[in-house]
This record gives sequence, structure tokens and C-alpha cells, in this order.
Amino acid sequence: MIDWAKLRADFPILDQQVHGHPLVYFDNAASSQKPRAVINALSHYYERDNANVHRGIHELSNRATAAFEASRERVAKFIHAKTSDEIIFTRGTTEGINLVAQSWGAKNLKPGDKILLTEMEHHSNIVPWQLIAERTGARLVYLPVTGDEGLLDLSKLNELLTREVKLFAFTHISNSLGTVNPVAELCERARKLGVTTLVDAAQSAGHLPLDVQAIGCDFLVFSGHKICGPTGIGVLWGRQEVLDAMPPYHGGGEMILTVDFFKTTYKKAPHRFEAGTPDISGVIGLHAALDYLDAIGRENIFKHDQELATYAYDQLAQLKGVRLFGPKTGRAGLVSFLLDDVHAHDVVTVADQRGVALRGGHHCNQPLMKKLGIASTARASFYFYNTRAEVDRFIEVVRGIQKFFGS
Amino acid sequence: MSDDLDELYQQVILDHCKGPRNFRVLEGANRKGEGYNPLCGDNYTVFLKMNGDVVEDATFQGSGCCISKASASLLTDTIKGKTKAEVKALFAKVHDMITTGAVSDEGVGKLAVFAGVHKFPARVKCAILSWHAVIAAVDGENQPVSTE
Repeated sequence: MIDWAKLRADFPILDQQVHGHPLVYFDNAASSQKPRAVINALSHYYERDNANVHRGIHELSNRATAAFEASRERVAKFIHAKTSDEIIFTRGTTEGINLVAQSWGAKNLKPGDKILLTEMEHHSNIVPWQLIAERTGARLVYLPVTGDEGLLDLSKLNELLTREVKLFAFTHISNSLGTVNPVAELCERARKLGVTTLVDAAQSAGHLPLDVQAIGCDFLVFSGHKICGPTGIGVLWGRQEVLDAMPPYHGGGEMILTVDFFKTTYKKAPHRFEAGTPDISGVIGLHAALDYLDAIGRENIFKHDQELATYAYDQLAQLKGVRLFGPKTGRAGLVSFLLDDVHAHDVVTVADQRGVALRGGHHCNQPLMKKLGIASTARASFYFYNTRAEVDRFIEVVRGIQKFFGS
Repeated sequence: MSDDLDELYQQVILDHCKGPRNFRVLEGANRKGEGYNPLCGDNYTVFLKMNGDVVEDATFQGSGCCISKASASLLTDTIKGKTKAEVKALFAKVHDMITTGAVSDEGVGKLAVFAGVHKFPARVKCAILSWHAVIAAVDGENQPVSTE
């Protein structure tokens, strides 16, 4: 039996009043809060071990390097990578996708090729592909979303996933709809045609168990800050043979074997893709976050988040004048909604004054919003430290908002 | 509701957001300006009928939050009969008021209801969005203008 209240007490930030009300933090899909274990790992590193990694010969540099590489091993275990050489540290999900687009894409895409995305992608899984498509002459195609229920229209997959597609990139969990996509099935379909796959795990890492072997993708990306880790650190996993065939992304120190005035030879992955001094403290903080999450168990976290989201969805569905987005069942830990005649930003401003932190806007999903015929939604997104009582408070606040705006 | 909220969503603002005035395309308009906020997707088009330097009529269309809609509604009411220079001088005062909360002695008329917005930094853009459209229109620009 997990003591959720005890886990919540590990997050000092949650124990505060906002505008005179107890904080209800429901913006976890944007960024999660950090447990003491992660905050302590950061201060311990800066108080005891801080030095540059890989190049030093002194004690502190050795310690920093050992901690840095231990985190790479930890990440490899976290997602069942074959080897830690497949783990590249990035600034976050966005940089991971840009790295693949610029490095893999520039080498492998040519005019006439297609890049298949889905209509529910975050801007960070659209814009990098537009940039490389423009450079290479490749074209973008989109797997449609069914509508408010927010499922991928898999009946269109045969028609769209053809041999002209060189890369299929899709999100594991939609940040605005809460849809959990059948990633293993999508990867299997792609693999049969020799299509390379990238899974955006920004919303799923740290929320459910991840196994890149079981998923069967070629690339997987996620961020540290959404899963109790520090900001500014993320992970790109790629199959070793795919990574080793990719040209460097950024040039600089750390990524070279030999440098001549006119010619350089590069290290293999992962170092080939990690030019310059990395975010050492971020990497060490991420290690602490992964340990923390796995002590709880990601399957337990998913169950807890899903229960809260289902409860919130059902409660909202009982109110009049509420439009709900995303699947009715099997959703991940978030709920997107609109109130009749009340703009999402007004909902969020009033909720904030009652201590409830929501997100309102297009959630970096502008094309999807256009397709659904809306400009924005309000979103409540949950993590394991949130409680049913907080959902009750949120519903009470939503009722108050409806009354306030007379809808 | 808290005092700050009551100050933000004053009765006049709620009234104008629920029933916006001048909310139509203007027949015979000779100026048009657009305001777009890429953060939230809010988008307004302001239509003006100008006689020389004077705004004879003003209307708007578009969608957005309560603050931005009420602002467009009140502002299209307020600028009727004003010259281009007067509209710009009014914008300077309103901008100052919305960002600092200080209501100018010179008076901003009914637009004083937006003074409470300064306590909500994330919403300042909402109150100013349609102003960008108006300024673009009186300046005779027909390009969309961004608030960023």
C-alpha cells in the first residue's frame, strides 16, 4: 500500500498558500514539482563535487564524471536501453527532436520523401520537421485525429503509412487530450515498411513504465523537468546502429577524437552528440528523480493519475455547459475542457485567484485546436502527489467560475 | 470572489464581454486593423470609417477572452469622433494605466475600468490587443499586427 500523503510531504513547494488559498497544483503536464531528494542531489553536487566532466584528472572532476556517467546508466535502465551509449543528454524533448531532425533528417531525407506525423503533435514535434522538410524537399503528412474524443484515426494508417514515408514521429500521450496512443502497434506497422520511428515521451516518461524494446521505436525523447527532475535536462534515446550512422549535431569540445585545423574526427554516440560542457547538475538531479519515481513504481503512478483524471472528467461531465476533450476511457492523467461562453484564460485567471493552478491556451497544439474549431482549452493535469480532495476543490472552483460569468 | 478579481472583472467589463457593442463588420469601412496574440490565439479585426483624420465609426469582429472582448467593445465606443492624434494620445494613457494601475488626471473615460488589469501581468496583453488593431487601422496599415 502506497502512502501517497507521505510522498506529497516530500515536495516542499506544495505546502503553501496562493492568493490566500491552499495551493492546488494542476499544471503537471507543463512542469512537475521536485521532491527534496532531487533538490538535495543538486545542492550536494554543488557543495561537494562540482567540477567539469570527462577532461579532468583531479578528484572533483573524477567524482563529477562518475556521477554524470552513473546517471546515463540509470536512464538506460529506466527505459530498457541495451546500453548506456544509446543515451544522449539534451536540454529537453524539444532539443532531442531537433537533433534527430537536423542530424538524421539531413542525412536520410530527400525530395519526394514523406515525414508522417499526427494531428495531435505538440509544436515541438511539428516545427523541427517543417524546418528539415524545407531543407531537404521532403513533405509532411498527418494522421488525423477523430475529433473531440481525440483518438488517432487508425483506419487511415494504411493509406498514409507508405514506403515513401521515411520517418514516422508521434506522441505517446497527448498533452492536450490525454490520449494514450498505441505506440507499439504504430512502431510495428512502421517497421514492416522499413520506416524509422520517433516516440515523443514527454508526457509518458515518469508517468508509466517505458520499455523501448517493447515499444520497438528507433528514437525516443523526453524531458527531466516534467518527471520530478531539474529544468534544462532531457534525454534522447536512439538505437546504437542508427546513432552511429548519424553526423554530429553541434560541434565543439567533448565530441571529438582529433581536431586538425581543417579536419576533425568524431567520437561515437553518445559523446558525438554532446558538444561542450553539459548540464552536469541537471543530469545528476535527473538520476535522483528516476530513483525517486521507481521507488514508487511507475505502474502505481499511472494508476493513481488515471483515477484522478477519470474522477475529474466524470465530475466535469456532470456540470452543465462543459465541453470535454480527449477519450472517455483509458485517458492519461489530464483533463482538457471548455466552459460555455467563458474563455479558457478567464477560467485560469479566476482559478488562480482561488489557489488552483491550471493551464489555459492552445497548449502548443495550434493545428489541433484549429481542427477542433477552438482557440484554446483549460487543462488540469495531475501527478502522484495530487489528491481526490484537490479535484473536489477544483470542481467547486469551476462551479464558482460558471456562476461568476453567469454561464 | 477576491477583491482583485472584482477589480479585474468589473461589472462594466462583464457586461461588455457578454454583450459586446459594435460587434459587427462595418459597412463602408475604409480602414482595417488586426490584432493577434500568438500566446492564446486571440484575434480581433477592427473596422474604421475615417473622414480625413477623424474616426466616424468603429466596429470589431473576432474572438478572445472576456478582458480582450470588453476592451475592444469599450474602445470602439470611445474612439468615435476622435482624431487620429487623440486616439494615439488616449492609447498612451490607457497603456500607462493598464501597466501601472495609475489613472491619469487627463481622464480615460469609461476605459478606467481596466485599471485593475495591472495586478494580473499575464492579462495585460489581453486588454491591449484590440488597441494594436486600432492603431494599425488609424495609421492606415492593412497588415496583421502581433502583440509580441
